[in-house]
Amino acid sequence: MSYRDGHFQDLKVPLTWTVGVAMVVAAVVAVALLLSDRRETVQTGAVGATRAMADIATSPIGRAVSVPGRWTEQGADYVRDYFGTVSENRRLRAENTELRQWRSSAIALQDANQRYRALLGFQTNPPIPMTAAHVILDARGPFADTRLADAGKERGVEVGNPVMSERGLVGRVIGVTRGASRILLLTDVASRTPVLIDRTDARAILTGDAGATPRLEYLRGGDPIKDGDRVLTSGDGGMIPRGLPVGTAVKGLDGAWRVRLDADETSIDFVRILLFKDFSQLVNQQELAQPVLPTVPLAQRPTQAVTVTPPIAPSLAPPKPPVSATPAPTVAKPAPAASSAPPAKAN
Amino acid sequence: MALTAERLDPIHWVALPMLASMAATLLFCAPIRVHGLQLPEPLFALIPAFAWAVLRPSLLAPICLLALGLFNDLVWGGRLGMWALALLAAYAFILVTRNMMSGQSRIMLWAWFGAAASFAMGVAYLAVLIETGNAPSLLAVAGQWAPTVLLYPLADGLIGRFEDADPRFR
Repeated sequence: MSYRDGHFQDLKVPLTWTVGVAMVVAAVVAVALLLSDRRETVQTGAVGATRAMADIATSPIGRAVSVPGRWTEQGADYVRDYFGTVSENRRLRAENTELRQWRSSAIALQDANQRYRALLGFQTNPPIPMTAAHVILDARGPFADTRLADAGKERGVEVGNPVMSERGLVGRVIGVTRGASRILLLTDVASRTPVLIDRTDARAILTGDAGATPRLEYLRGGDPIKDGDRVLTSGDGGMIPRGLPVGTAVKGLDGAWRVRLDADETSIDFVRILLFKDFSQLVNQQELAQPVLPTVPLAQRPTQAVTVTPPIAPSLAPPKPPVSATPAPTVAKPAPAASSAPPAKAN
Repeated sequence: MALTAERLDPIHWVALPMLASMAATLLFCAPIRVHGLQLPEPLFALIPAFAWAVLRPSLLAPICLLALGLFNDLVWGGRLGMWALALLAAYAFILVTRNMMSGQSRIMLWAWFGAAASFAMGVAYLAVLIETGNAPSLLAVAGQWAPTVLLYPLADGLIGRFEDADPRFR
């Protein structure tokens, strides 16, 4: 039985009105979703779950779609290599000669650097573990610059992890699910990355605007930058490690300082996800949370007992009974003076 | 000789263009870069949005545009609801100006399609500007607008296929 022959055959609803109502309902749903979506934050709740499901569903399709693209890219590389071998060889010889000179300088500098570190007792950050991933979908529009990579929770990827290509920083993970993770590129309008200018140590915020060269905002200092300066991550805020290569400073047509990204010079099918959440993972949290109270010399003994509460959150350390600053009667000898105490070991 | 018009079947008129637009969107998301050049990223969903509004107002169209917009947001990783709102705005724009534009030449209809694309992207631009406080580059917007406008012949083909169809379905 068709719709026209059914019980509703005599029902006459003005088409314009029904379309209008349908449009208003659809628009309200769209606005509600838009207001509830907070893509820049850690994704939780229904919207995050929807995205995770969509990423799971699209990742096999993306994997299939990306294969011909990879073949095309490899084919083009092969043709370029075939026809450009002679010129490439000349260029590499010249580069090799230059690099030999740099190698000698680097060995000398490395030696000096190691001596200074030994003298200062300087501790470097431990190496950051990373995982490699294929890019399977790549969105490059003016309103969203993201990539979908085929590494997810099962490989330890978390929201906030920085992502690099073989040459430089690409972006950071904004969504992760089993088998896939969504990467927000540095060029996205929502992307903000703290960076520094290598030559002057001046700080700035790298702000994406959907163009190929993101803007440098909040540049501080007098004459902090010039054309060709190297731009690195500053590590401010603790979300991204310091010193990752980002790109080269260029003056934009609009007069603003911009960065030509190093990651643009490489192919886009492989990325490395640094399994780095923030600096807090580099230190022993339990040891850091231990309340270390200063020992009070007997000569400065207070007349009244004072109860000291450790200044830490209760969830970070096991509960302890209140500590009295008054020494117990069994203390046989006075504690050493505070000035003679050894300095705390830096982490 | 009796003329029998093709019935406006929702599968052919609504579902297939919608699925084709989704497939094309996914295909153009392939991570390909040859000599530094990447695939363009046109708004394929504007083809059915334009054709559905030009053919006749329909109850199904806004719902399908909502679904198409959400699909675009999820695949492109944008703000959920942004493209749905932009496509609905473009659909409303085409419906409102429909009487004025019907019967015009092909070039005028192409310009109308371009205006609808501008309207959709204008809404998306405002949504992003309000949410992030950061204006997307107009050059980047033009980089999506231009390939979208070039898709008009596909929308014209869809309209030509169904404009004489029996409108018993709505």
